[in-house]
Amino acid sequence: MSSAGLSAPALRASRRRYGEDVVKVLLALCAFVSVATTVGIVVALLFPALEFFREISIVDFLTGKDWSPLFEPARFGALPLIAGTFVITLWACIVALPFGLGAAIYLSEYARPRTRSVLKPALELLAGIPTVVFGYFALTFVTPLLRDIGIQVEIFNGLSAGLVMGVMLMPTVASLSEDAMVAVPRELRDGAYALGSSKLQVSTRIVVPAAVSGIIASFVLAISRAVGETMIVLIAAGQQPNLTFDPRRAIETMTAFIGATGAGDVPTGSIEYKTIFAVGLTLFVMTLVMNLFAIRLVRRFREVYE
Amino acid sequence: MNRRGRDIRGAIFRVLLLASLAVAFLTLGTLLVDVAGKGFDFLDPRFFQNPPSTDPHQAGARPAILATAYLGVLLLLFTVPLGVGTAIYLEEYADKNRWYNRLLEVNIQNLAAVPSIVYGILGLAFIVRGLGLGRVVLAGALILTLLVLPTVIIAAREAIRAVPDSIRQAAFALGATRWQVVSRQVLPAAIPGIATGSILALSRGVGETAPLLMIGALTYVAFDPTVLGPFTALPVQIYNWTSQPQEDFLKLAATGIIVLLGMLLTLNAVAIWLRNRYERRW
Repeated sequence: MSSAGLSAPALRASRRRYGEDVVKVLLALCAFVSVATTVGIVVALLFPALEFFREISIVDFLTGKDWSPLFEPARFGALPLIAGTFVITLWACIVALPFGLGAAIYLSEYARPRTRSVLKPALELLAGIPTVVFGYFALTFVTPLLRDIGIQVEIFNGLSAGLVMGVMLMPTVASLSEDAMVAVPRELRDGAYALGSSKLQVSTRIVVPAAVSGIIASFVLAISRAVGETMIVLIAAGQQPNLTFDPRRAIETMTAFIGATGAGDVPTGSIEYKTIFAVGLTLFVMTLVMNLFAIRLVRRFREVYE
Repeated sequence: MNRRGRDIRGAIFRVLLLASLAVAFLTLGTLLVDVAGKGFDFLDPRFFQNPPSTDPHQAGARPAILATAYLGVLLLLFTVPLGVGTAIYLEEYADKNRWYNRLLEVNIQNLAAVPSIVYGILGLAFIVRGLGLGRVVLAGALILTLLVLPTVIIAAREAIRAVPDSIRQAAFALGATRWQVVSRQVLPAAIPGIATGSILALSRGVGETAPLLMIGALTYVAFDPTVLGPFTALPVQIYNWTSQPQEDFLKLAATGIIVLLGMLLTLNAVAIWLRNRYERRW
């Protein structure tokens, strides 16, 4: 076919618009702030931490059983802080994971739309309460309550901090798990019902397995948040680096050490000052690994069903 | 399995699920009632007029409440343009097949989950000491900005993504440039979602304590704060009172919590109202 005389209309812009380019550069600069933040965090942590590890060997730091950086003789074994973080995280998970998952199954599979539209914002309300308030509640309500029911806890203890943190993390687990369950296609449920399954069977044998990557992601994110949570432990768990797995005793977590030391007036450049960064780097690396794992999992369930 | 056994198991399962939700709501209810009971005694005008004091009956939280208000305003001023700008870049401009744009996305998701105390360390190292800004309100606002920015970006992206493509295509077909499409079609349609997300992020930032502790907000401030002056924010003041041994200071902390929760609930109510009033289903 001859195309003579039928030239296509030009679909290019009539002239270059420099304003458009300027806008694009400005927007990219906004996005660059996030990159700069990450770089800033890494730089801020890494250099003082490296100076710290020049004085104290990293093996002693990670395996030492005595932590007393602010007293003579200073000891820099971080195991008590890591054990404290572990105890708190464990008890937070004992509450947050099963109950959060239960809440998610109810919201996704059982609740009527009306009920759901009331319960979800109410859970968000719980998520919006500042952590300092949860810390206050753990110290002034939960600890006395534990003593009243016969659990011999110290005034500052890991148990009440962990339990309260567990409730605080429930909305995190519930909301992300529920997202994953809602994304499971209806046909899977219908197929199971058609074969005579009960609601219990559909929930536990179809929906939960199909949404498992999202559920695990919510668990990992909750653990990451438990490891990084500061105020509850600072207020309710005490600031004593005991190497113990007994949740009834006062303990110190990595975050509580950073918070307590940073809030005090430590001279810049001193070994105590650098300790903040060494512990901070350990904390950052631990949470980074968990976050990246969770992000991968979430991406996977989004790819499968959406 | 017979039918009866199935019914019973189903009923038990249902009760267990409801019990999970009950754990959350009972705790929330108990917390609110407990704090209200303890803090009621000191909830009077003096609390809003006086600076902190060693005498709990004279102590108030006026400087802390003002500083928290300043922090909130600065936080909105900083985060909204940056967050919306980033969201527009990612949704409307970025080529998602480029490695750097994918990295940017993962980076933002990770930043949303970095512990808040780590932002405090960043602030201590760079903003307070590196920039030499000192332990002032502005430094606190900058730290909180970086902390809540990922939340704002994620909310703004969702709002922008909810605007249907047909609107963009119609505008392009009429000869609009990309920025004209974004600024005159997409953004106006996404504003309710962006506003809701920003206010929720604001309420998260205003309630933060740990990063402010790190940049030295745990100080005694007897006068009204200024943007470039030392400060104590309300959550930090609550922490300060909580760590005092006397019973009366614990009550003052509860009063502080009532005021803080009052501020946050108001913000949340505004956000929910905005969502219900202006949300459009396409």
